[in-house]
Amino acid sequence: MLRKTFEHEIQQVKDDVLILGSMVEQEILVSVETLKKRDIEGSRQILELDKKINAKRFEMENQVMILIATQQPMAHDLRLLASILEIISELERMGDYGKGIANINIRMGDQPLLKPLIDIPRMAQRGADMLHRALTAFINEDVETARAIPQEDDEIDGLYNQIYRELMVFVIQDPKTIERANWLLWAAHNLERVADRVTNICERTIFIATGELKEIDSSDDEQRKLNQNPD
Amino acid sequence: MHILTNYQHHTNDNSPINIDIVNLSVYYGKFRALAEINLQVHEKQITAIIGPSGCGKSTLLRSFNRMNDLTPSAHTEGEIRLDGQDINATGIDVVDIRRRIGMVFQRPNPFPKSIYDNVAYGPRLYGVHRRSDLDGIVENSLRQAALWDEIKDKLHQSGLSISGGQQQRLCIARALAVEPDVILMDEPASALDPISTLRIEELMHDLVKNYTIIIVTHNMQQAARVSDYTAMMMIDEQRAGNIIEYGKTDVIFTNPKDKRTEDYVTGRFG
Repeated sequence: MLRKTFEHEIQQVKDDVLILGSMVEQEILVSVETLKKRDIEGSRQILELDKKINAKRFEMENQVMILIATQQPMAHDLRLLASILEIISELERMGDYGKGIANINIRMGDQPLLKPLIDIPRMAQRGADMLHRALTAFINEDVETARAIPQEDDEIDGLYNQIYRELMVFVIQDPKTIERANWLLWAAHNLERVADRVTNICERTIFIATGELKEIDSSDDEQRKLNQNPD
Repeated sequence: MHILTNYQHHTNDNSPINIDIVNLSVYYGKFRALAEINLQVHEKQITAIIGPSGCGKSTLLRSFNRMNDLTPSAHTEGEIRLDGQDINATGIDVVDIRRRIGMVFQRPNPFPKSIYDNVAYGPRLYGVHRRSDLDGIVENSLRQAALWDEIKDKLHQSGLSISGGQQQRLCIARALAVEPDVILMDEPASALDPISTLRIEELMHDLVKNYTIIIVTHNMQQAARVSDYTAMMMIDEQRAGNIIEYGKTDVIFTNPKDKRTEDYVTGRFG
């Protein structure tokens, strides 16, 4: 096979994307778990994990830059490597959302949770699952799956809206709960952003496979557009 | 104008065409080296022709200015229209064709004359003899070739006494001196060092404002750097050269439509 070395190096980078992805999945799920259990030490470990994610991201970015400089990739190879740079940036930001949730837990200190966490862990689970499948679609250049996953963002948005309404009820009934409500709203917001970034990864997978670079609208966005332009 | 294209053709823009190749086949004896080539070259743009060795790139390039006529066994079918006129038609002045469509070769080939006389040779053949006119043409041509500042004080030195990169720019100046419309370049930098290569590429970016340029190159990164359009050639089962894809260079190198083009530009072809 021609360009055996290059093929091997591309495969290594793709494997690294999966490794980085699984680190981020862990960061998201465990950060929510530590919040649910008020495990402050666990949250501090998440901060350490985030540092490792950041370091790995930069290491991968460097590796991709070296490949671009030395191998002069064209066509599919170029789209793949350029997209990997974007994808690892998305993953690093998702990791930051997990870190944000860990920080919320640490900052809450001794304050109890406003309510037992049910929907927030559900959001985390759904988001991590979407991420996992999106990265599998990336590896397999599965355009069909990449187009379908962003539609699940609606469920995540639905959970966020539900959490928002519930927390508002608490605040209206007892304004002193606003700070604790705010912490939880931030955590939910971070998880909502995780799902948005999964959509971005799916867009890149489609670009790698087809050369087409387009925003994927969730059905929520489609509905908003229809509402604005009824014709 | 009827164009038959049996390949991925995706220029789809409105920039003017000045060379129109219609069903061009070139034979060396009984062997068909090019099979029914159809191609539209955009005016004042750089078109690169790429493809593996032996696919007919240089044969195609030499068709543009009828250099294949110099090969006794070669004959041509089909049309090459320059500004609407078929250059292979009966009665065409082939010398004028070669003035209008100049050529620069892989190895610099200045005449064993002075730098001045290399550039003045063509204009003199066309009847320009007044010294002041020739001086103006020589300076203008050498300036266009980005060579004037380097050799203006040694115009009477031999054209062979300067470096390889300078010799190639001298050959470009020589072609420019007779006011061509088109410049053909057959791997113009492959015999040059990297810095001279980049100089030639920069020069091409300047020249294309006034001239249509067609370049054959094995260097894909060069084709990607310099050209506006790229034609990908390959041989068919009968070993005749074909164009398999033609489009804007940025598309050919980021998202080619034909798998054979993809395999070639990514280095998987073999």
